Amino acid sequence: MQIKRLALMVGAFVALALAPLASAQDLVPVRLQLKWVTQAQFAGFYAAAAQGYYEEEGLAVEILPGGPDIGPQQVVAAGGAEFGIDWMGSMLASREQGTKAVAIAQIFQRSGMRQITWADSGLETFADLRGTVTGVWGFGNQYPLFAALVKNGIDPDNPDDITIFNQPFDMVAFLNREIDSAAAMTYNEMAQVLEFVAEDGTFPVYTLEDINILDLNEEGTAMLEDLIFVNEDWLAQEGNEELAIKFLRASFRGWVYCRDNMEDCVQYVLEQGSTLGVGHQTWMMNEINKLIWPSEKGIGQLDMDLYQQTADIALNYKVISAAPDEGAVRLDLAAAALESLQADFPDVDFFGLDYEPIEVAITPNGE
Amino acid sequence: MTQARSSEKLQTAFIVVLLLLAVVGLWEGAKAFSRAVNYALDLPWGGTLDLRNFNNQQLPHLGDIARSFVEPAQRNGPPLGLILLNASLFTLSSAVIGFVLGGVLGFLLAIIFAHSRLLQRGLLPYVVASQTIPILAIAPMVVVWMRQINLTGLAVPIIAAYLTFFPVTVYALRGLTSVSPLQLELMRSYAATRWQILFKLRIPNALPQIFTALKISATASVVGTIIGELPSGIQSGLGGAILNFNQYYVQGPPRLWATIVAASLVGMLFFGVVALAERLIVRWNRPE
Repeated sequence: MQIKRLALMVGAFVALALAPLASAQDLVPVRLQLKWVTQAQFAGFYAAAAQGYYEEEGLAVEILPGGPDIGPQQVVAAGGAEFGIDWMGSMLASREQGTKAVAIAQIFQRSGMRQITWADSGLETFADLRGTVTGVWGFGNQYPLFAALVKNGIDPDNPDDITIFNQPFDMVAFLNREIDSAAAMTYNEMAQVLEFVAEDGTFPVYTLEDINILDLNEEGTAMLEDLIFVNEDWLAQEGNEELAIKFLRASFRGWVYCRDNMEDCVQYVLEQGSTLGVGHQTWMMNEINKLIWPSEKGIGQLDMDLYQQTADIALNYKVISAAPDEGAVRLDLAAAALESLQADFPDVDFFGLDYEPIEVAITPNGE
Repeated sequence: MTQARSSEKLQTAFIVVLLLLAVVGLWEGAKAFSRAVNYALDLPWGGTLDLRNFNNQQLPHLGDIARSFVEPAQRNGPPLGLILLNASLFTLSSAVIGFVLGGVLGFLLAIIFAHSRLLQRGLLPYVVASQTIPILAIAPMVVVWMRQINLTGLAVPIIAAYLTFFPVTVYALRGLTSVSPLQLELMRSYAATRWQILFKLRIPNALPQIFTALKISATASVVGTIIGELPSGIQSGLGGAILNFNQYYVQGPPRLWATIVAASLVGMLFFGVVALAERLIVRWNRPE
């Protein structure tokens, strides 16, 4: 009797547990591996999930946050995720090492990496960096700056020309003026300088007037950043190209949503990360939008000139040992996704040609 | 007897408070001194000592660290203390699973080694070698493997177990094999089987050592879990909190310190629970 009742209870419990699975059964489960922890840099994907765009395409997308020891290329190559976010340089390098990564959509149309200096230092161009202590990030992130230096006749390997300082991923060295210039992403480290609160509570200590921003895009040595890639073998399996197009469709719509509903998108991100500052993420969302919009060729489309520029710098600095093969990028999937989206949603703007960023108020400590 | 006991407790409490005060005095004293000399101390034999490590950016006031627990970590959000409590519970639950996994594995290995000299000599070197590989190198691989076989949730406990099984194996093996020959002979003269000797003699003999190992493992499992959370991309635990507060360190140094305090409290709590279990279980042979 006891056992029978127990069995019944277990049975009912299992049935209850499985019930939600039944309704979700027709959705295809796929995973997206982010390049870093949850932050507004990836808001478009969180928006696509929250707005139900993925579900509309028949996908159940699990978004996997990244971290310091997570290489999206390795995760995707090992089958731990179907889609990954990476920067073009490291994606090409991993492809050369045999991960079979293929870029299928270029989300960021321009690079967010800058070199910043203090306005009172008078360092206003890359040429001015001669003889200074220059902060760079390692792990392949230093090459856009190196290319800019070389273009201005400065040899980054020659200590007589310039002192290269390997800067950690915070701005302490720059704030303490231990280095003359620092690498900074517009959407993250630059805000950290502006959000700085002095020991005695003074705020703001620094405004945009206090820093010079050296733009690698304008110098023509920027490398492409956030893109979506997949594994070549996975893509070759039947039905997966269609699956990829569906994923891109929903993701593109997510990014359009974040352009038009910034506040919502910040909220989606904050829901995933209770330790993130509201002010900082709002700033980041706005800056990320600037990197995406306007998308002259349409959201997610790759500019082949910028691709060539990225590949050239990568080859020049031996990030890759030979020019990337034709198969490294696929333009057709993003094009198909955009085309079908335009047909399905004629009223939605997928180019954002009249996009105007907003002014985000800097908050103390990014709170 | 009871009076002696309570006075002993009083002494312990006194020493704990004294040590705490000493730490606070050193911490705040170093800060106050550095501030007074403007963070640069001229040395009598020339040169200056850079004391900027003691400024509020690098080493926040203890009061500020304490206050950060009650202040919200996010505008209009819950206080940091509550967030850290949730993160601690999350991390602790993975640590407990890892601790159990590692403890069982370590104990089984010890039993096998105790009964077979051949296996002990053949395998023990590999067990030792396993601990010379940095956990940081192994963690990302474990995550990738587990994800591939759809057991993502087990990745972090396995990483924690990797740190915890070793002390258990070493200490338990020692305890299992260090039975007195006299007792062993007595058991054999009664024709006791291997199992009987194991359960009636070896394991009771090894218990004090096993608990010593478990106390080491308890704290190690918390460390292993936090390390494991990083390559797993887990945001809900202490690992995720440390990562974020580290990245945004400039924007609130006390928060990272508060997270460190929370992590050490979790380790101490786990240690305390194991120590309590030891008091209840090992009533004999307690080294005191």
